[in-house]
Amino acid sequence: MRELAAITALTIVVALLPAFVTSGFALNLAIMVLYTTLLGQAWNVLAGFGGQFSFGHALFFGTGAYASAALQVHLGVNAWLALPVAIACGAAAGAFVGALSFRYGLRGSYFALVTLAFAEVFRILANSVAFTGGGVGLLLPLKESAANLQFAGKAGFLYLILAFVLAGFLVSWWLKHSRFGAWLAAVRDSEESAAALGVDVFRVKLGAIALSAALMSAGGFFYVQYFHYIDPHIAYGPAVSVEALLGPIAGGLGTVFGPLLGAAMLQLLGELTRNLAGDAPGVSLVVYGVVLIGMVTFLPRGIAGLIARRGA
Amino acid sequence: MLEVRGVSIRFGGVQALDGVSLAVAAGGITALIGPNGAGKSTLFSVVSGFLAPNAGTVHFLGEDVTGVAPHRLCRMGIARTFQIVQPFAAQTVRENIAVGAHLARPSRREALAHAERVAERVGLAQLDKLAANLTVAARKRLELARALATGPKLLLLDEVLAGLNPNEVAAVLPVVRAIRDSGVTVFMIEHVMQAVMNLADTVFVLNEGRLIAGGPPAQIASDARVIEAYLGHGAAERLRRAAEAAHA
Amino acid sequence: MLDFPILFASFLNGLAQGAVYALVALGLTLIYGVLHIINFAHGALLMAALYGVFFLNARLGVDPYAALPVMAPAMFVLGYCLQRFVVGRAGHGRDENVLLVTLGLAIVLENAALAAFKSDTRTIETAYTFSTVNVAGAMIAVPKAVAFFGALAVAALLLLLVTRTDLGRAIRAVAKERQGARVVGIDVEHVFAMSFGIGLACLGAAACFLLPAYYVNPQVGNGFVLLAFTIVVLGGMGSFAGALAGGLIVGVIESLGGLWLGESLGQIGIFLAFIAILLFRPRGLFGRA
Repeated sequence: MRELAAITALTIVVALLPAFVTSGFALNLAIMVLYTTLLGQAWNVLAGFGGQFSFGHALFFGTGAYASAALQVHLGVNAWLALPVAIACGAAAGAFVGALSFRYGLRGSYFALVTLAFAEVFRILANSVAFTGGGVGLLLPLKESAANLQFAGKAGFLYLILAFVLAGFLVSWWLKHSRFGAWLAAVRDSEESAAALGVDVFRVKLGAIALSAALMSAGGFFYVQYFHYIDPHIAYGPAVSVEALLGPIAGGLGTVFGPLLGAAMLQLLGELTRNLAGDAPGVSLVVYGVVLIGMVTFLPRGIAGLIARRGA
Repeated sequence: MLEVRGVSIRFGGVQALDGVSLAVAAGGITALIGPNGAGKSTLFSVVSGFLAPNAGTVHFLGEDVTGVAPHRLCRMGIARTFQIVQPFAAQTVRENIAVGAHLARPSRREALAHAERVAERVGLAQLDKLAANLTVAARKRLELARALATGPKLLLLDEVLAGLNPNEVAAVLPVVRAIRDSGVTVFMIEHVMQAVMNLADTVFVLNEGRLIAGGPPAQIASDARVIEAYLGHGAAERLRRAAEAAHA
Repeated sequence: MLDFPILFASFLNGLAQGAVYALVALGLTLIYGVLHIINFAHGALLMAALYGVFFLNARLGVDPYAALPVMAPAMFVLGYCLQRFVVGRAGHGRDENVLLVTLGLAIVLENAALAAFKSDTRTIETAYTFSTVNVAGAMIAVPKAVAFFGALAVAALLLLLVTRTDLGRAIRAVAKERQGARVVGIDVEHVFAMSFGIGLACLGAAACFLLPAYYVNPQVGNGFVLLAFTIVVLGGMGSFAGALAGGLIVGVIESLGGLWLGESLGQIGIFLAFIAILLFRPRGLFGRA
């Protein structure tokens, strides 16, 4: 229950932010931290709670992004309607990959590889197909109004991403306190034992990947609304897949607040790096890579694990 | 309650089970013994749905359940423990047991409460300890508790006493009896003969994939074929002659 | 329709390219076969080797083929140290951890290259870059022909190493039964590091053969990672002959597929094949079940 209180408190604090902070830079920082948190929450559902490490989560991000962008650009569908469709498409992609992979018993490295391959396949397809705009991508026309989920100021976007992150928090909390979550953790820790205890391993894994994909595709939707642009490399390239996993690993796999802690820490590190090393491309990612290696070597339970150990 | 009819299974060149037929009566404790490699765990895997036999059937409560998936068999009332225990290491004892309890209870609170009750029945304390930090004896109890929490009609125990010292074994025997008394049928693989003779109503003996004997413990203990299976060819005859010579 | 000479030339080119792919995959096969880890940094490490060959040529005028005696040992040392001090340490023996560590390594390498060299694509030019040789009527680029034979030579050396030397015996022992090998006195950590080192030495050699006919930029590794995995899985994880055969097959499929579908769509066929193999026949063509 303390978790729910913390979630509520956090939500209120962020919601009140625009009343006290007007700097565009600061608000953008907050938005980016929340955006990365969302991606991390999505990956965390499947990897942290479910124990299945995907290296191709961009697949779901890109599907959500392109579904939303294509509907708005080609068919003039309203953003509010495009949102549930984008999420449904993402979840469907998740179910598809999950059904194939889990039906054939793919786990560990093989599962990671297969997700990577799927993302690559879609990237190549997106590059060659007309309705995604091919290599040029899709540009979302500027039509700032709440009715179009595009906002003139940053505050609107902050509330939009906050809504998604709140959903992510509630999903994570639910996974810690529900029967489905207990089943998922059992599958993660020992599939055989779980099956012997009555858990339908396939169904549980399928549910987890669909849920994870749904959250990830919400991230894709947000990206399009905020940056007004999507192309195959952004949508399905390895960058998004990596971005999704860095936060939870750093912050703490399988925890409710891990993705947020990790996202905040990485953003902070990024800012620091930028101040010290200038705007050289790739430097902050080098730092992230080193952090990843360091975390796995020394702090496998992430920051949240460190906090838990102190408290115990 | 459980009927195994002519079950055979082979792995590559090895015939692990060869036409095994036996029946486990409801409400008692039935033991399955035999030398290492006889196929006991394999039989358990077939009965609990982890392996499908090449031939033969398994009937539970009159229904043919051959090849039914483990989780569905669990819902029908067959629970099993594993010889090599696999606790959910990252979770606490209570959370471990709760997974089993959730079978019939969607509510998290109810499942956790039931887990506590089962832990008490089985004699497990330290409910908030991580499973990874438990002793061998405690892990075996946890394995037992998890399976029990699913509310089974038939409980398959795979060497639940293995690795325990004599004190620990003596402590588990009443627990198994209490489980039987509560109405759960117990079918157990065991090597610890003291326990088998003490607990079981019926004993089946497996050797090299074949069922060689079945009956009350006392009868099995003096069965020549059983003695030969454990002590080697001709052992029964040697023992009998030695006994006669001692009387002479 | 496409007539025979074009198909034949495409086939031979595919073989040559496939041989280099095979060389990349051989290193990965060794690493997987012995350490049982999927090295996600393999592509990035190839990229690093390519840059090595590039700068040896650009700054010191060293011919890429002449650079082989330098690159292969250098990459070997790098591999040995990486396994001994980074990957081995971080693994804690858990599959997911090693996965993430090699991924982290890939991220570090790729972005360090990006920061240091910018994203420009670079090529080298040697006396024979544009020469061709006539093979049964088809014109094959000289660098590609050299790559083909070079890759086969390295593969043969590797096989000799693994089957005829003491180290090779130790490697095979560790690959089969880690604890057993430890028990009979084999320094398993050393064997791991040697295997990783040899795997990277193969990358060094591959880079020397690849660069004359190819290019380098910080992202070039990405394209090779999935390709190398596809070959390793196709050939059967841990089988050298399989990796060799798989590389040649993939090279030919890519070349012929490119004729029909254009270059980028041709790659899709490979990844779809990869997914299919993972799902339906994970032991590949030659692997043991």
